[in-house]
Amino acid sequence: MSPADAPALKPAGPAESGGDERLLHRSLARRLMGRPELGSVVGAAAVFLFFSIAAEPFLRASSLSTVLYASSTIGIMAVPVALLMIGGEFDLSAGVMVVSSALISSMFSYQMTANTWVGVGVSLLVTLAIGVFNGMLLTRTKLPSFIITLGTFFMLTGLNLGFTKLISGTVSTKTIADMEGFDSARAVFASHLSLGSVDIQITILWWLVLVAVATWILLRTRVGNWIFAVGGNADAARAVGVPVTKTKIGLYMGVAFAAWVSGQHLLFSYDAIQSGDGVGNEFLYIIAAAVGGCLMTGGFGSAIGAAVGAFIFGMASKGIVYAQWNPDWYKFFLGAMLLLATLLNAWVRKRAEAKA
Amino acid sequence: MGAVLAAALGASLAGCSSTGGLRAEQERAAQAAGGKAAVNTPRWTFAMVTHSGDGDTFWDIVQNGAQQAAVKDNIKFVYGHDKEGQRQSQLVQSYIDQKVDGLIVSLAKPNALKDVVAKAEKAGIPVITVNSGVEESKAFGALSHIGQDETVAGEAVGEELNKRGRKKALCVLHEQGNVGHEQRCDGAEKTFKGDLQKLYVEGTNMPDVQSSIESKLQADSDIDAVVTLGAPFAATAVKAKEQAGSKAEIDTFDLNAQVATGLKDGSLGFAVDQQPYLQGYQAVDLLWLYKYNSDVLGGGKPVLTGPQVITKKDAAALQDYTKRGTR
Repeated sequence: MSPADAPALKPAGPAESGGDERLLHRSLARRLMGRPELGSVVGAAAVFLFFSIAAEPFLRASSLSTVLYASSTIGIMAVPVALLMIGGEFDLSAGVMVVSSALISSMFSYQMTANTWVGVGVSLLVTLAIGVFNGMLLTRTKLPSFIITLGTFFMLTGLNLGFTKLISGTVSTKTIADMEGFDSARAVFASHLSLGSVDIQITILWWLVLVAVATWILLRTRVGNWIFAVGGNADAARAVGVPVTKTKIGLYMGVAFAAWVSGQHLLFSYDAIQSGDGVGNEFLYIIAAAVGGCLMTGGFGSAIGAAVGAFIFGMASKGIVYAQWNPDWYKFFLGAMLLLATLLNAWVRKRAEAKA
Repeated sequence: MGAVLAAALGASLAGCSSTGGLRAEQERAAQAAGGKAAVNTPRWTFAMVTHSGDGDTFWDIVQNGAQQAAVKDNIKFVYGHDKEGQRQSQLVQSYIDQKVDGLIVSLAKPNALKDVVAKAEKAGIPVITVNSGVEESKAFGALSHIGQDETVAGEAVGEELNKRGRKKALCVLHEQGNVGHEQRCDGAEKTFKGDLQKLYVEGTNMPDVQSSIESKLQADSDIDAVVTLGAPFAATAVKAKEQAGSKAEIDTFDLNAQVATGLKDGSLGFAVDQQPYLQGYQAVDLLWLYKYNSDVLGGGKPVLTGPQVITKKDAAALQDYTKRGTR
């Protein structure tokens, strides 16, 4: 390459026509408009404003920390579920997997009379194995993930109850609060900081960390590109050398990891676990991701969007209580709120795409 | 057009039912107590948070009792429920945030609610526990507990089954993970001289409940008693028994209009009632008494609302009350 061919060094701008469009510096506003989570942020602002007016206690600091806590319990799971949806798959076993993880941890520690951290470690390995099982089955059989994870969902529901009854003799686990390591594990998974009268639960911190890590993976690493690629078009991705099988198994392991975090939180905040819990929560995670701008068809979405989606859900579910509405209508309002947030989301995105 | 309308009106007038329907309901409502505060204490707000699922008959009657007492005591009554422990505790937390004047909580998942009940007391909100959590109530620092001891209720069922000469019973649990339900079956097993088996069914899915009981009765023709743990499931068990061609007697915990009718016509053997109306009514009333006069009932022991064994001879009187939604 001779110096004569070198391009002149001057900043490219939108005013310059005929240049390479990939080298254009788009303005910040323009770049924001193209983000998947933009619509959900507008939706969240609308829901926040609505409850600030409709429910007098909603704006108190203690109320907001309750809302944030409720959001974080959904949000921790919504992050990897969003990544999985960007990768073009579903996980219907995510809800009961949380409870499985808690049960394994509690019963292993109790039965082996081991330090609770041993149970926590074993639980992590077993839960990750469940994730690998989901991913392997999906990539080996080529069956839709909807079917595969529906099967896992039922199997885990049965295992939760069957094993708990078999080992503990009742439907809930025995207390492990008097065992070694419980206090330090509680500090990690279920403590809260008191700022005056306000409690900040540690799950909120975990949630933010997970969102940050997931966002970094998606936008700054090769793995992130793989996730978008396998969700957009798996065959094309495979053709250009993306490890599709590994990526999908990894995504299921991500869900399993978050289920382990949520499960340990359940265990160490409540000490005993009911084996029948968790059923139905998988849809809350999917809803949070979908409201946050993840497409049901894969290939598009963001972790921040899923976090905002979980926050909308937390605000709506607790705001209805603060507004003291009749709980018979609760689910109706919740559904309507989610639909409106998603519609607003879609409308904002359409406007953004038209402008971009 | 007018002729059609006139004809329709004429037909509906001519086709009046002299029994049942809305008119009968309105007559019953007129007999029930009216709604005016009987006291001049300030308008306090009491919140009730239960572990009920959506659309649960039992908790509806508890609410009716609570509402009635709230009207009488000049109370603003708010209600929330979630079947999952974690979300139930978040609901309690959100009522604490609202600084309500009193809390009524059901402790079916005691571990999930321990911390939040302590928080309520720290915030100076008196707590009364209802229905479940008789062992934990005092330890958690609640004023008192109103409900029935599930183990005692189960034992009453076992004794009643012995009295009726039953040999092999089936206990149908419709809510997996409910400790109270386990206690009921275990209590019955303790006093019952015959053999008792447990059957888990999906309570939110009636056809599934029916087919599960049916297949169990078909598989084991020796079963001569089926005990359901909730009133709506008794009628389903009767259907399952007929389908399976079994000779088993159907008995149940709790009461509703269908159960009262079933007891009367003999399709059901007996019912063990824990008087849900009383649980709601007393909870609100006792909170009011505490706020007004620092009164606490029960002397540190739970205030029991059951078990009350109901058979054919009581059924007629209870039929009207069940239709009114108070039994």
